[in-house]
Amino acid sequence: MSSAQLEIQLIASLVALACAIPGTFLVLRKMAMISDAISHSILPGLVVGFFITQDLNSPLLILLAALTGVITVILVEQIQKTGLVKEDTAIGLVFPALFSIGVILIAKNANDVHLDVDAVLLGELAFAPFDRLTISGVDVGPKSLWVIGTILLITIGLLMAFFKELKLSTFDAGLAASLGFSPVAIHYGLMTVSSITTVGAFDAVGAILVVALMIAPAAAAYLLTTDLKKMLGLAMFFGVFSAISGYWLAHWLDASIAGSITTMLGLLFLVIYLFAPSKGLIAVMYREKQQKIEVSLITFLLHLKNHSEASERHINHLSEHINWQKIRAKTVLDLAQKNNMITIDKNQLVSLTDKGDTFTSLAIDYIITNEDAQIEDMKDDFFLFRG
Amino acid sequence: MNEHKTQTEKPVMAVQVDDLTVAYNYKPVLWDIDLEIPEGVLMAIVGPNGAGKSTLIKAILGILKPLAGSVSIYGKPYDKQRDLVAYVPQKGSVDWDFPTTALDVVMMGTYGSLGWIKRPGQKEKKASLEALEKVGMLAFKNRQISQLSGGQQQRIFLARALVQDAAIYFMDEPFQGVDATTEIAIINILKALRKANKTVIVVHHDLQTVPEYFDWVTFLNVKKIATGPVKDIFNDDNLTKTYGINYKVSIQK
Repeated sequence: MSSAQLEIQLIASLVALACAIPGTFLVLRKMAMISDAISHSILPGLVVGFFITQDLNSPLLILLAALTGVITVILVEQIQKTGLVKEDTAIGLVFPALFSIGVILIAKNANDVHLDVDAVLLGELAFAPFDRLTISGVDVGPKSLWVIGTILLITIGLLMAFFKELKLSTFDAGLAASLGFSPVAIHYGLMTVSSITTVGAFDAVGAILVVALMIAPAAAAYLLTTDLKKMLGLAMFFGVFSAISGYWLAHWLDASIAGSITTMLGLLFLVIYLFAPSKGLIAVMYREKQQKIEVSLITFLLHLKNHSEASERHINHLSEHINWQKIRAKTVLDLAQKNNMITIDKNQLVSLTDKGDTFTSLAIDYIITNEDAQIEDMKDDFFLFRG
Repeated sequence: MNEHKTQTEKPVMAVQVDDLTVAYNYKPVLWDIDLEIPEGVLMAIVGPNGAGKSTLIKAILGILKPLAGSVSIYGKPYDKQRDLVAYVPQKGSVDWDFPTTALDVVMMGTYGSLGWIKRPGQKEKKASLEALEKVGMLAFKNRQISQLSGGQQQRIFLARALVQDAAIYFMDEPFQGVDATTEIAIINILKALRKANKTVIVVHHDLQTVPEYFDWVTFLNVKKIATGPVKDIFNDDNLTKTYGINYKVSIQK
């Protein structure tokens, strides 16, 4: 591995870390689309900043562009506040307007300088090591490494200082306000950090793909944990993992690094979306199937409890009157027998056992008193085998 | 707080609301409210849907900015008296899928006394565990909050208010969506608070239980209709003024 390769991976990883932190809170606040809006609308800020500073890594340019990001959020909120359009519409109105201003500014004034729409949208990580920072003649590394490193340090510092406030205002803005932690200040603080991170990251992955680095790792982490700190940690890990594996994918395919990183993010999310242990698609489908059989079982047991006459308790009654398919009827019967809830005598008559009777009585009580949730807990006490 | 009492015969006022008007998009939801809540009462705020009951609480707590009027807590503005006040919002106002545990939510009640930046430590954790114990939820301290039933979630919110160790408690429909056992558990805690000379103000929907649970009541329907002891003012006249001629229908619901 050459030092340039190492530097590229380091920059990509730092960008991923810097994005995962605000991204986690954006996902929890259901504001993922705002990051999309910010990433587009910082373009005019970048262009104006570039005219003033003539340097894509100047702190002034980053601040100007971040300011445009915050202005976007304010504009969206002001339009939404009028009550005439919904939030998604407001976002859709604001960012194309700002973005197009940026595109026109570039086309009119910056055609012949190192600033084109492609570079801003897609980034060019491969060139990042060429733009070096020299302090009194000594080469101290690529400029963008220093830029994103500084942003990451500030973000981590802010996260550690205001973790409690961020958590509280994200979970319960009303309580935050009544305790004197201004949720508005925290909201705009988060928006400012998101904007600055987006600007700092656009050099590496482009202003558009930065959205993927903010949202995908956090969304994947959300499916895996029920602890905010672990969610932050996982999101950061997923970001770095995708950054490094994406780099080598690009190396292998000889393709765009930013595109490959985003592809890795997409794949990673897809895998977790399908296979996450409790919130994943497959786990949810499995649980629903189990629920369906167990509800059928309770229905059947209730039926047995309500009827003592033989005709209602014959094994064929299940398919004839309760109107269940053969397989479902058999699954329910098997489950009931495995759990010692019923007995079947030689005349094919089904009866509740004592255990089945106790279970059914309790279940009826909970259903009547509207405490269906308790049935789930009760199942743990009665079921030897689940559906 | 008892030294206030020695000076005059008049009871100490925990909360004073003066000419409060709150509007959403310039449409008044609360209209010129004057309200005095004496210290140590267990008060219900009743009124039909859209009467502004939650809005009144939120305006007192500074969550909503009023169009006009002022609020004072023990004679001073709310900003200076935050640590005397605890708030239980409506259960539906937060996202229960948020990745956190029951204990952590209760700990949030200690954030106010900590102030900015400082983190909760052992002392705050102990207070939070004690609050969980009081509401009978200690066994669930490490449960993810989405895995709690509605009644359990409400108790967590109550524990979070208890841990604030305030003088005045505001609760927005604490009995909504809870079962009978939880309702009794909650009302017993509220009665214990009143016994400790705390002031408890509850937005309440079930008119039938007002005389049994509360000793003070405020009728609200955009304007204040009446406020005072339940035994004096909880009558047909005020109910009709608040709910209109068909108030009996809403009792039966």
